Amino acid sequence: MGQDITLKEKSQRTSILKPVISKITTVFKQEKMFESLKKLGITVLSITLFIGLWHLGSKALYNKEANFTIAKALEDQGQAAADAVQACIASGDSSCQPNTLPSPSQVWTSLLALIDDYYIIKQDKIDDAIENAPLNAEIRQFNIDNAAQIAAGDIEARQEIEYTGRSSFLDIVVTSIKTVFAGFLLALFIAVPIGIIIGLSPSLRNAFNWFIQIFKPVSPVVWYLLVFMIVKTLYIGNSSDNSFVISFISVGLCAMWATLVNTAMGVASVDQDYINVAKVLKLGTFQKIFKVILPSSLPLIFTGLRITLSVAWMVLIAIELLAQSKGLGLFVWEEFNNGANDSNAKILVAMFVIGIIGFLLDRLMLTVQNAVSFNKVEGV
Amino acid sequence: MNAINTKQNLATDNVIFNSSNDVMLDLSELKKVYPTPKGDYIVLENLNLKIMKEEFVTIIGHSGCGKTTMLSMIAGLNPISGGSIAVLGKGIKGPGPDRGVIFQSPSLMPWMTTLENVMLGVNQVFGHVSKKQRQDIAKYYLHKVGMEDSFNKKAKELSQGMQQRVGIARAFAIKPKVLLLDEPFGMLDSLTRGELQDILIEVWNKEKITAVMITHDVDEAIFLADRVVMMTSGPRAKIGDILDINFDRPRTRKSVLDHDDYYTYRKHLIDFLEH
Repeated sequence: MGQDITLKEKSQRTSILKPVISKITTVFKQEKMFESLKKLGITVLSITLFIGLWHLGSKALYNKEANFTIAKALEDQGQAAADAVQACIASGDSSCQPNTLPSPSQVWTSLLALIDDYYIIKQDKIDDAIENAPLNAEIRQFNIDNAAQIAAGDIEARQEIEYTGRSSFLDIVVTSIKTVFAGFLLALFIAVPIGIIIGLSPSLRNAFNWFIQIFKPVSPVVWYLLVFMIVKTLYIGNSSDNSFVISFISVGLCAMWATLVNTAMGVASVDQDYINVAKVLKLGTFQKIFKVILPSSLPLIFTGLRITLSVAWMVLIAIELLAQSKGLGLFVWEEFNNGANDSNAKILVAMFVIGIIGFLLDRLMLTVQNAVSFNKVEGV
Repeated sequence: MNAINTKQNLATDNVIFNSSNDVMLDLSELKKVYPTPKGDYIVLENLNLKIMKEEFVTIIGHSGCGKTTMLSMIAGLNPISGGSIAVLGKGIKGPGPDRGVIFQSPSLMPWMTTLENVMLGVNQVFGHVSKKQRQDIAKYYLHKVGMEDSFNKKAKELSQGMQQRVGIARAFAIKPKVLLLDEPFGMLDSLTRGELQDILIEVWNKEKITAVMITHDVDEAIFLADRVVMMTSGPRAKIGDILDINFDRPRTRKSVLDHDDYYTYRKHLIDFLEH
């Protein structure tokens, strides 16, 4: 009996405590939520402020150009022409709109238009595929039937018919991301191993120093030309499109220097205490590199890789433009030359897309860095 | 009176340990020179010291007198300019796991767990035994230093004191012939320092590994050592005096503090340092 009572008492006591505990946790959670709400609020506020200023700025520029056009019409052709121009501008007709910094709403409309365009092109591709299906089946059958002769080189394999229409904005973005990733991987596989090797040996570091110092500041345009010279020759006699290869190699070579320098510095500046431990334990070269030197220089290597990735995005536009690779760079350039009414707005859409993807890639790198490296880094 | 006593002790020591078989570490005519633009700077000169097997020697002296230089020369991390260092009669060639070092800063690899840190050395020295046995060795020493609950904690998550415990485990686990300690507790607060001294002496009592320890702390020097070696101030530093500590082992802090000779030893050391 007595035991029963104590049990009951105990459960009562915990039941008294429960609401208190839950209240404490909710207060704690609320406080945390308040913190993040505050953060979010500040971000939203600053975005609104930015869009507002942008709106006012673009409006002022628009008015300036419109007034100038009207004044010019008045001066050159008289009152009637000026009235006609004014009416034309007010009506929103695309033939006489001032061509200046687009407003936020125009950019938004362009974004929506590009998204619609994506669906239209998608449908086009499907239609195209259906239309070409019988012909493609025939070609495939031909290739299968003559497989032996094709392998022997007597007959050339026939190419299937592919969609050759314009690419959608999404295709363009994907091409750019592919280019940057390929370039980034190239930079990673060149710069990290070389960085480690020259970091380990002071004499190699001296030997490479002039090379790094001279090539580091070379502009993306020059890198493109250099790569173009080499790849063009390598592709002689090959009619396939080499613009992607040229652009990713140029991006990689242009962006790899930060990783190279940071890796070398990270490896060269490993804490002497760790090196002493490795010496006292007589670790072999392999173990010394993989158990001590590399883990200890990972933070700096990753800092380099993050810079490389952001530089890769930055130089991408210039290089794609020159290489005529169907990415964002070419898109921006074509829109600029196009001079259509919504070209400027589309350029700004591309700008924001580049910025946002760059930001996301940096976050991705930060997450990877914090997962594998021993010291945690806060993103700025 | 006291000084005469120690000299006599020294004399008897030499008689007892006359056979060269008992010498673990032999420094003879050791010299260290750093070339500078203004000419050579001689840190150590004519330094002679014999350390016996199973002996715990502490080295005390003013900052910058070359204690650490001497220790890193024994460890093989710093080249010798003259004279010789021999372990069991064989001259040393560079660093090696026969001379374990506990550094002033714990120097654990921050990206490894405590167990991995100890295993790094154990794998190297006991490469011939099974992985299970190696882990057992590492765990045994971590247990000895009171870190049995933190095998899988990353080293950077530990406090300085905890890290130095792992440093002690790492050094003992590779079963060196000589243990070199470079002011291992210098960076710790006095409470933690006392704790770690107890742990060190407890592990040492079991293993009896010949130990050479640098310290600035007179009490620490007396509590831990069989002999306290006093170094003269540099340049051209050498051994100034040697004091035998004739306390029984195992010692406790209380028995040491209560001993009649404690304050005589202490006075001797302080007189030397303030001279």
